Amino acid sequence: MTARTGSVQVVGTLPGPTGALACPLPTDTYEAVVLGHGSGGRLSQELLAQVILPALGEDERFALEDQAVLSLPASGQLAVTTDSFVIRPLIFPGGDIGSLAVHGTVNDLAVGGARPLYMTASFILEEGLELNVLRRVTRSMRAACDRARIRIVTGDTKVVDRGKGDGIFVTTTGVGIVPEGVRLSATNARPGDCVVVSGTLGDHGIAILAAREGIGLETTLESDSAPLFELSATVLGASAEVRCMRDPTRGGLSSTLNEIAAASNVGIALDETTIPLRAEVRGVCELLGLDPLSVANEGKLVVIVGPDDAERVVTAMRRHPLGAKAAIIGEVVEDHPKIVTLRSSLGSERIVALLSGEQLPRIC
Amino acid sequence: MKYLDEYRDPDGARRLLSLIEREVTRPWVVMEICGGQTHSIVRHGIDELLPGGIELVHGPGCPVCVTPLGTLDRAHAIAARTDVIFCSFGDMLRVPGSSTDLLALKAKGADVRVVYSPLDALAIAAQNPSRNVVFFAIGFETTAPANAMAARLARQRRIENFSLLVSHVLVPPALTAIVGADDNRVQGLLGPGHVCTITGLDEYRTVSERHGLPIVVSGFEPLDLLMGILHVVRALEHGTGGVDNQYGRSVRQQGNPAAQELVRSVFEVCDQAWRGLGVIAESGLALTDEYREQDATVRFGVEHIAPREPSECISGQILRGLKKPLDCPAFGARCTPERPLGATMVSSEGACAAYHAYGRRPGARHLPLLTNEGAPA
Amino acid sequence: MCLAVPGQVTCVYSDGDVRMGRVSFGGVVRNVCLECVPEAGPGDYVLVHVGFALSRLDEAQAIRVFELLQDLEAEPAPGEVDR
Repeated sequence: MTARTGSVQVVGTLPGPTGALACPLPTDTYEAVVLGHGSGGRLSQELLAQVILPALGEDERFALEDQAVLSLPASGQLAVTTDSFVIRPLIFPGGDIGSLAVHGTVNDLAVGGARPLYMTASFILEEGLELNVLRRVTRSMRAACDRARIRIVTGDTKVVDRGKGDGIFVTTTGVGIVPEGVRLSATNARPGDCVVVSGTLGDHGIAILAAREGIGLETTLESDSAPLFELSATVLGASAEVRCMRDPTRGGLSSTLNEIAAASNVGIALDETTIPLRAEVRGVCELLGLDPLSVANEGKLVVIVGPDDAERVVTAMRRHPLGAKAAIIGEVVEDHPKIVTLRSSLGSERIVALLSGEQLPRIC
Repeated sequence: MKYLDEYRDPDGARRLLSLIEREVTRPWVVMEICGGQTHSIVRHGIDELLPGGIELVHGPGCPVCVTPLGTLDRAHAIAARTDVIFCSFGDMLRVPGSSTDLLALKAKGADVRVVYSPLDALAIAAQNPSRNVVFFAIGFETTAPANAMAARLARQRRIENFSLLVSHVLVPPALTAIVGADDNRVQGLLGPGHVCTITGLDEYRTVSERHGLPIVVSGFEPLDLLMGILHVVRALEHGTGGVDNQYGRSVRQQGNPAAQELVRSVFEVCDQAWRGLGVIAESGLALTDEYREQDATVRFGVEHIAPREPSECISGQILRGLKKPLDCPAFGARCTPERPLGATMVSSEGACAAYHAYGRRPGARHLPLLTNEGAPA
Repeated sequence: MCLAVPGQVTCVYSDGDVRMGRVSFGGVVRNVCLECVPEAGPGDYVLVHVGFALSRLDEAQAIRVFELLQDLEAEPAPGEVDR
């Protein structure tokens, strides 16, 4: 006996050896994920055919094989990235776990100078997840892929018991091509280089936090989750002196810059007055006692570029909708290697230290 | 943001720093009482911008750091229960008790939720009538009215599954204990602007008169703090005492009578243990008998566990302004925010934690105090 | 302790018999208990701590800091001290 939810639609019954009726085929219509959907049998195929492939599978060939066989351009360097996506809530202002997964994969490729080509999508689904949510997430992934011009070419689905997953976990692998001669790296930063950011910081983390129970803030703020390939290509097109690009996610700008400073063994000095922040993000950070430099982003680019090209790069970024608020926010320095500092409007300097864990709202 | 940005104006700060420099003729030791003031001072680097003769010491104004170990252990025992939703301000999540902390308990399956307001915890109780909801009600006098309101509404609206674990502390008795001690070095005080918004100034006049210390009630933004420091220094230079209110946009002489009435109707004064300072008479708040049903210690009958502080910790001396975080040999080495040894490293508000977060390390490369634009005239 | 932030009251309402307000902080709105600031109405600024208004911010007092700064700079001798 299988657990049933939703309407039951019996298609037919098989006669048993004595001619009597046997148990009907489990070809019911479910409204939620059940364990059978991950067992590799008919239910799995149904899930693929009725939910996943209509959204994600554009090529019949791929859907039926265990692998995708692809052609690559004749020249260039192969870039590969992998990521897992876990987020609560699954659907949030400005996106969902699906669009987040596509953008995150595209961005990890783009910041290395790669043109994103293909990606995979593996799902771990929790028993009980509403199929409508899965439909929404997969359609959202498709729309994000079309926008970012990347194709999902293969994937996998597993189901875990209720209580053993957070609705959906998504894991991706992305593949792209980096033109010959482009070698961006966090180890490339040198004193004198400029630090450029593509827009306002902290939008994603604050949009998610504001909606949480127990915080109760009303805002029109949305996650900034977005694909950054066009912007990164614009940056590389504007300058041959780009040392490194990153998309700061968890841990915010602070994590990213601390990583670069450590990798290049340089100091980074930021100017608080130049850091773009939306009024709403500022308001929430003041109210909850949070540092916007440590709040997550999902659609921002940080660029370390030689000083002579910094202005040109900013101008080029500002012509793109995702770079409208691009700004130079600091520079790479010889002083205090591996340490990031922030100069306040008062002229005092403090260290921007890596947080030990998650930033929590405070009352003190 | 109005009433915020204008008090961070760099030009105003520079001008106040010039005035302070002009005023100082001898070294002075000034204590800022409130943890929020400490946080702001370290974040904006105000102590590094001041002329060298003024030493700012950080007081015990951190209700998170002074929460007694016994109370923390009680909180953890309650939070671990499967029938409880434990609600708390974010500050308390990583504060270690004798054996664990709320975040670790959450990882093991306890239902621990961060809330911004006690009224949010009350809403959770109303939405989950079959579970016990406990709110960790800590704070100084500033937070007492909000906690009192939550208790009162729970009673009025018969939200019977809601209770509070109370650990409230009062500033003036702690102040007296610090400045009344034989080894006291503090000569002037920056008074706590948000506490005084509620309580008014009378108790601070008493402290000022009894101990001959000028107290200047100040706000939290750079200009407020610098104006406060300027007035303390002037009072010290001219030998004048008394209480001076430099946060008039929020603090009135009588405080907030409606808030005081609300607090009196729910809480009563009691003796209170302060982590790092010991027991101070009549320095805490407890729920009155009328509110016994809203008292989580009564509802859950938790046993007191005897706390044991590591002997290396000098937070008692830091809270009294006798030592600085950098004076402690364990600072940044055996004692960090991830593995704190005592009160002042335990919360993000404590002096040691503030120093650590903003990068003050023993032996760290000395950062320039001022850039060209920031130098006082 | 006591992180309290100024916000502007956009409207006042009652939740049962408790006076509440919708308060804006840079465009983000939060419901705040106004029970202890009966004098605060729409348009006023209040100081908010844990979802509770502690005081109504006094505009005249607020500019005092800046007036005082000018006065102090103008006078070489120590100026007024009390209040």
